Amino acid sequence: MKIIACIKQVPDSEAKVKAENGQVTYGDAPLVINPFDEYAVEGALQQKEASGGTVTALCVGPESAKEALKHALAMGADEAILVSDAALENVDSLGAARVLAAAILKIGDADMVMFGRQTLDNGAGVTAPQTARVLGWPMLGLAGQIKVEGGSVIVERVLEEGRQIVKANLPAALSVVQSIGEPRYPSFMGIRKAAKAAIPVWSLADLAMAAPAALVTRAATMNPPARETVCEFITGESPEAIAETLAEKILAEKVL
Amino acid sequence: MKTWVYIDHFKGQVQPGSWEALGLGKSLGAVSAIIFGSGVEAVVKAAFEYGADEVIAADDASLAEYRAEPYASSLSALASSLTPDLILLPTTSRTRELSAMCAVDLNSGVLTDVSAIEVSGETIAATRSIYEGKVLEKAVCSAKPALVTLRARAFPKPALTAGRAGTLTKAEAKADAQSSVEGYSATEAAVNIGDAAVVVSGGRGVSNNPSLGLDEKATAQKGFELLGELAAVLGGAVGASRAAVDAGYIPYSHQVGQTGKVVAPDLYIAAGISGAIQHLVGMRNAKLIVAINKDAEAPIFAAARYGVVGDLFVFVPALTAAMRKKLGK
Ligand SMILES: Cc1cc2nc3c(=O)[nH]c(=O)nc-3n(C[C@H](O)[C@H](O)[C@H](O)COP(=O)(O)OP(=O)(O)OC[C@H]3O[C@@H](n4cnc5c(N)ncnc54)[C@H](O)[C@@H]3O)c2cc1C
Ligand SMILES: Nc1ncnc2c1ncn2[C@@H]1O[C@H](COP(=O)(O)O)[C@@H](O)[C@H]1O
Repeated sequence: MKIIACIKQVPDSEAKVKAENGQVTYGDAPLVINPFDEYAVEGALQQKEASGGTVTALCVGPESAKEALKHALAMGADEAILVSDAALENVDSLGAARVLAAAILKIGDADMVMFGRQTLDNGAGVTAPQTARVLGWPMLGLAGQIKVEGGSVIVERVLEEGRQIVKANLPAALSVVQSIGEPRYPSFMGIRKAAKAAIPVWSLADLAMAAPAALVTRAATMNPPARETVCEFITGESPEAIAETLAEKILAEKVL
Repeated sequence: MKTWVYIDHFKGQVQPGSWEALGLGKSLGAVSAIIFGSGVEAVVKAAFEYGADEVIAADDASLAEYRAEPYASSLSALASSLTPDLILLPTTSRTRELSAMCAVDLNSGVLTDVSAIEVSGETIAATRSIYEGKVLEKAVCSAKPALVTLRARAFPKPALTAGRAGTLTKAEAKADAQSSVEGYSATEAAVNIGDAAVVVSGGRGVSNNPSLGLDEKATAQKGFELLGELAAVLGGAVGASRAAVDAGYIPYSHQVGQTGKVVAPDLYIAAGISGAIQHLVGMRNAKLIVAINKDAEAPIFAAARYGVVGDLFVFVPALTAAMRKKLGK
């Protein structure tokens, strides 16, 4: 089995992200592997353990994103590839999907490509189905359990309405959710291996493709309206008295 | 502006966000509703009653189970021949992949989880939250049709006019499924906290009541039972923190937060939840937040409008009783 895990680098979720002068800033907050993509790597490693094979971590991003790829290597991925090109700075999801698809084909012979559910920064959850569509592969989204049998994969999808069991032939694209199990911590050996790993960097020219046109562009960024955050603590003689006061306050807010 | 609204449903049960999308579409002019499935007469009827001027329906046995590929191919084929400017969809797991795939087919842009939309001439600008809601962006799609999925509860639901009718146009189904549905596992009850007007959530605190003399899981079950009773009185759904989900107190589909669902109900009650940033990003857009926690220093209070410092096992039943009385239930 050859498995590819697509990962992105994002500012840590504790980062103070703000809109400033039309730009998104996050100070010197650390950049990390997109937390949802750790599940993609975990899912890929589980399948490697079950069926043998290799895991390749793949990222489209700036040079700094090598650190996120190293995290995947430290978790246990066998190799990592970064696609980086100045022309990709403002790439939209469709463009990223086309680049990922080209890189997946260049890596070659993949049986499964794993994605995270969504990114922390863009948060769209569309790149996986778009990449699947560009490749013409089946898309099995929001997989909480994965089982490979012969040439097919059976996935339990975690949906609003419950869990749906879906089967498709390989190769297939999957997005992986939390039910797969907690992502493993990088091992000491893994960290040492990752630190020494040479990560190849491919340009658009290496993929024999032109820069995709950005169909979606960011016209403005705003900070969300400041909220009333002063908490009024309700006190009283007894839980019943407090409940009575709180119930009145809730009703007075006319939210019910 | 030629606007389409995709009506998302699960086996005939329409996602309420579909009607919100229809309402928004109507405010921009005439609207065609797109309905796929098998035996969807009731959905078609409802679409007219919620204001659709036309319904384009592919009613075909091959579309009985939602599958991304045939649904995307059917929608893309229709859109390439009838050329709408804008396709609105509610935001669900299905529509994220459906709109994403259609954007590939139609070489256009997709904007998800949109909370406001501005149309000036031919340009559509959509407001959506990025970086877990810490920042908003105004995104512009330069291609057509723009595919826009709307955040649940961000747009008003239109009124229903019983008996209202319109033009029904039949469309063809593309049957190119690349996967098959083998079944459903019955372990998990259906919940959709994203659409609920009220969400009552529990965290690790639901397992903390030594006086019950039960083990951790049984205590947590009792705790969630109390929250469920409050939710029922308020007509809401039960949510949870990740700590509660990870400990196995309640299934993952209830989880609110960064790795769970982002919700924006009218009322959010957090009980026994400390208020970690990863939880806050999932609920801070609620209109009114109430926190119940033993610890007066818990960060959840900084996000709440009203707070009660106390034991949820004591206070939640009292609040349920007070609410039941006031709401006459
Ligand atoms: C990458 C990543 C993603 C994450 N995603 C999510 C996510 O999607 N959603 C999420 O919720 N978390 C998420 N987390 C976890 C998050 O950081 C917190 O660990 C989690 O939210 C804590 O849950 P909690 O508040 O229930 O538990 P705790 O932090 O343990 O808080 C329990 C609270 O209950 C109170 N309490 C105890 N007993 C009682 C009682 N009897 N009555 C009243 N109050 C009581 C305590 O005072 C305490 O404040 C994520 C973390 C990471 C690193
Ligand atoms: N630049 C990228 N490089 C590699 N994978 C990506 C990239 N952007 C998105 N992905 C993958 O696609 C998933 C969904 O991203 P998004 O559509 O941005 O929410 C992520 O969880 C990643 O697995």
